[in-house]
Amino acid sequence: MSVDGYLETFRREGRIVVVGASLAGLRAAEALRAEGFQGTLTMVGDEPHDPYDRPPLSKQVLLGKVPADHTLLARRRPIDAQWRLGAAATGLDLAARRVQLADGDAIDYDRLLITTGVRARPWPHELEADLDGVCVLRTRDDAVRLHHRLTAGPRRVLVIGAGFTGSEIASACRERGLPVTVAERGPAPLVGALGGVVGEVAAELQRAHGVDLRCGVQVTGLEGDSAGRVRKAHFSDGTAVEADVVVIALGATRNTEWLADSGLGAGPRGIACDAGCRAFDVRGIVTDDVFVAGDVARSPHPLFGYQFLSLEHWGNAVAQAETAAHNMVSGSADRRPHLWMPSFWSAQFGVNIKSVGVPPMGEQIMVTQGSLAEQRFTAAYGYQGRVIAAVTFDQAKWLDFYERQIEQAAPFPPEFTTVDRRTEGLQPVPAGFPDPSLPSHGPTITLSGHSPTDRRISFTPRRA
Amino acid sequence: MTSVALLHRITDYANRPDPYPLYAELRRTPVVRDESGPYLVSTYWEIKGLLHDPRISSDLRNLTPEAAKAGGQEHDPNLPPAFIRLDPPEHDRLRRLSMRPFGPPHTPRRVFDMHGELEEIVSGLVDGLRGRDTIDLVDDFSYPFPVTVICRILGVPREDESHFHEWADTIAAGLDPVGTAEEREAQVQGVRRARGELAAYLAGLIEERRRSPRDDMLTAMATEHGPDGQMSPVEIITTAALLLIAGHETTVNLITNGMLTLLRNPDVLQRLRTEPGLAVPLVEELLRFEPPVQMLPQRTTLADIDIDGTIIPKGASLYLMVASGSRDPQRFTDPDRFIPDRPDNQHLGFGHGLHNCFGAPLARLEAQLALTALVRRLNGPSLVEDPPPYRQNAVLRGPRHLPIAISGVTD
Ligand SMILES: Cc1cc2nc3c(=O)[nH]c(=O)nc-3n(C[C@H](O)[C@H](O)[C@H](O)COP(=O)(O)OP(=O)(O)OC[C@H]3O[C@@H](n4cnc5c(N)ncnc54)[C@H](O)[C@@H]3O)c2cc1C
Ligand code: HEM
Repeated sequence: MSVDGYLETFRREGRIVVVGASLAGLRAAEALRAEGFQGTLTMVGDEPHDPYDRPPLSKQVLLGKVPADHTLLARRRPIDAQWRLGAAATGLDLAARRVQLADGDAIDYDRLLITTGVRARPWPHELEADLDGVCVLRTRDDAVRLHHRLTAGPRRVLVIGAGFTGSEIASACRERGLPVTVAERGPAPLVGALGGVVGEVAAELQRAHGVDLRCGVQVTGLEGDSAGRVRKAHFSDGTAVEADVVVIALGATRNTEWLADSGLGAGPRGIACDAGCRAFDVRGIVTDDVFVAGDVARSPHPLFGYQFLSLEHWGNAVAQAETAAHNMVSGSADRRPHLWMPSFWSAQFGVNIKSVGVPPMGEQIMVTQGSLAEQRFTAAYGYQGRVIAAVTFDQAKWLDFYERQIEQAAPFPPEFTTVDRRTEGLQPVPAGFPDPSLPSHGPTITLSGHSPTDRRISFTPRRA
Repeated sequence: MTSVALLHRITDYANRPDPYPLYAELRRTPVVRDESGPYLVSTYWEIKGLLHDPRISSDLRNLTPEAAKAGGQEHDPNLPPAFIRLDPPEHDRLRRLSMRPFGPPHTPRRVFDMHGELEEIVSGLVDGLRGRDTIDLVDDFSYPFPVTVICRILGVPREDESHFHEWADTIAAGLDPVGTAEEREAQVQGVRRARGELAAYLAGLIEERRRSPRDDMLTAMATEHGPDGQMSPVEIITTAALLLIAGHETTVNLITNGMLTLLRNPDVLQRLRTEPGLAVPLVEELLRFEPPVQMLPQRTTLADIDIDGTIIPKGASLYLMVASGSRDPQRFTDPDRFIPDRPDNQHLGFGHGLHNCFGAPLARLEAQLALTALVRRLNGPSLVEDPPPYRQNAVLRGPRHLPIAISGVTD
């Protein structure tokens, strides 16, 4: 049979299995049908729920404005799929093209899409993690539990880790009038994602909203009472706080364990894929029947030196899912690369934070519009003399412009004047990213070098 | 092609009924320097890019003196500019302050809650057409409707509306980049006088509201304190004047252009009668196809900017030809066809970026309600004249009169 003939038959009666039935999985399934795929489609998801949206979980849901079960993702079109919800995939046989499920079933595929995302990194001390009142936030069930805890009126909430999720949780607590302590190992909130200069603004914001923010400290231990309820946390600086809810917000771990020994290039940093979303195997050879999309993927990006990027970004999950779906049902000449410009948003303490590009690559930062002190500004990040990223606090309207600057590799520092340029915007300063080898709350963009295999991961040094 | 002063032909009154072929000619060179000085930008992506470009200023004080002279766009020494002619951070601060009593996040239901009131005004105006066999849609409907609305929102007494009519017309005409140097000078003087009179009137009214507050926007602007503090008395005046004029001179053209377009496309008119939901996309298509604001003639560059290979020098006057951009075939399929339910209709009718229309939610609702009611209630409407007589203004373009023959008015 000719390859073209194969594609036609595949589009008509092939079998596609999607593992991971959340944002990327659902959008890919919809795109597959929109692209004209008529074969059988199986959606495997270990959560019992229909696909739902995560961003509201740390925002409206914690505030009680939206119930956790009202976050289902809007359906764009019917997908006519067989749903295997509540069933985790436990193994993959690449040669036999078969996915093994926890309940003992196995499903054969012609093409597989992996969208298993990430999960919250748990508190490393298991006994302490099991204390009543110690929570994480990744899933809808987590959100229900945390919301319930907050509604019970705790005396104090401790959030460990001041990345985006931790900061949003702290913001929700303050909006609900709850006393909250945030403990961050780095020098400021959001440093991993946005650097120290912007981190300082985030710190000001938290303090102005009444957060007891403690940076440069580690939580050394959680202490429970006789009933097994958490009551106290100890810090590396010798201090302690009493808290009856502790939220662990230390970033995420990729859901790739089920692929161990499968021969796929999957590891703790995700599953490496090419620009066409095709997974690499452990030998660094690209497969043609296994595709990857969403938070679990690491893919190379030409604008950022072809380094592999892992993005925990809603918009990336959607765009990559659509590209993966297209490529799964297209011949090689019609395939598209996934060239999504990283972009992220967060809402916290009344401020709308947005970024484009890859801020952690930035060596320097320059406030091109507005002012840090007013907590309303646009700042550009520079890497080797070009604009590599930008961030806005309540000034999202300028991001399109900076996106084009990044695409054009425009010179940094910008040579032009703009509206709303202040004196602080006349000189670039060091962006202040921490040493990437130090663990922290985890940035939502991870650069992981040029190699598709996980064993040789090396971070690009950001500063001499 | 560019040696002919295209801007002159666009502003030539003879071309008012149909400027679109001229725009098509203009788009062959996305950026062109007109004989008279300004750079004209006519293609969709270039315009949109500039509307989001922080190197572009709306503050005329950034023009080079020569560019300002050539355009007759000198700064009025008597009154500071309103926020439509200011850059951030002043623009942002004043826009936030004005938005507080008008829209989200502080007053998200303001426009939505006016639904019933707007419908009442519309039915009152249509009721008034009973017994007529010809109407002038402009004088009988399109003009009074938005004027009444914006006066109510702000809190301007009805009986003073006629003054506004005059002031607003004079000030709006001042946007028109036409005429000889002397005509231009006379126009500038006229605009200053009208602005001065309007300001004096508003100052009195604001004082009154401060003493005895009411439930209107003037009161809110004069008395409320928010995170940005309060507007100064002069800022309230310039902002109120801006809202009055913006609310006066644009929606009238949207409604009139709408009815004109429907009468030229009877099948669509018929569809709107039976399918009122069509009003929503139809109004968007009108904003694309016959936009009330044809160009944004008051922009300048803060730096040398390279667009599509043309360097626009710092301090140059820039005209963003939004009506042309909204008919750019690179962006819209079949751009010269009126398709009432056109998908993906990201027109430039309300501008874009930081100065995007503040009143858009109101203007949309006004036009949707007006057109739905007009087609439902006017029996056998037909155009008396096509094209109708237009206003002189090439920037805020629309018919001066729109005579329509009708056979009756339904309840
Ligand atoms: C609280 C919160 C707030 C956020 N806010 C923002 C925001 O403001 N802006 C933004 O850009 N992004 C935000 N994000 C990130 C965004 O939600 C993610 O980028 C997005 O959910 C990624 O989608 P995905 O489908 O790739 O992965 P996921 O949503 O993680 O879905 C993966 C799915 O696969 C399932 N799965 C895993 N392993 C298996 C297995 N072996 N077998 C079967 N199923 C499996 C998982 O249970 C899960 O249902 C937020 C995330 C969280 C948790
Ligand atoms: C159909 C009707 C309308 C149209 C087509 C229209 C169009 C526009 C356009 C194109 C702009 C951008 C100007 C620029 O970029 O320089 C604008 C700005 C503006 N409009 Fe409208 N408008 C309409 C109705 C209204 C109404 C009813 C109001 C008042 C309630 C209003 C208030 C404003 C204000 C205040 C601005 C300035 C915004 C700023 O500078 O931030 N408009 N409008």
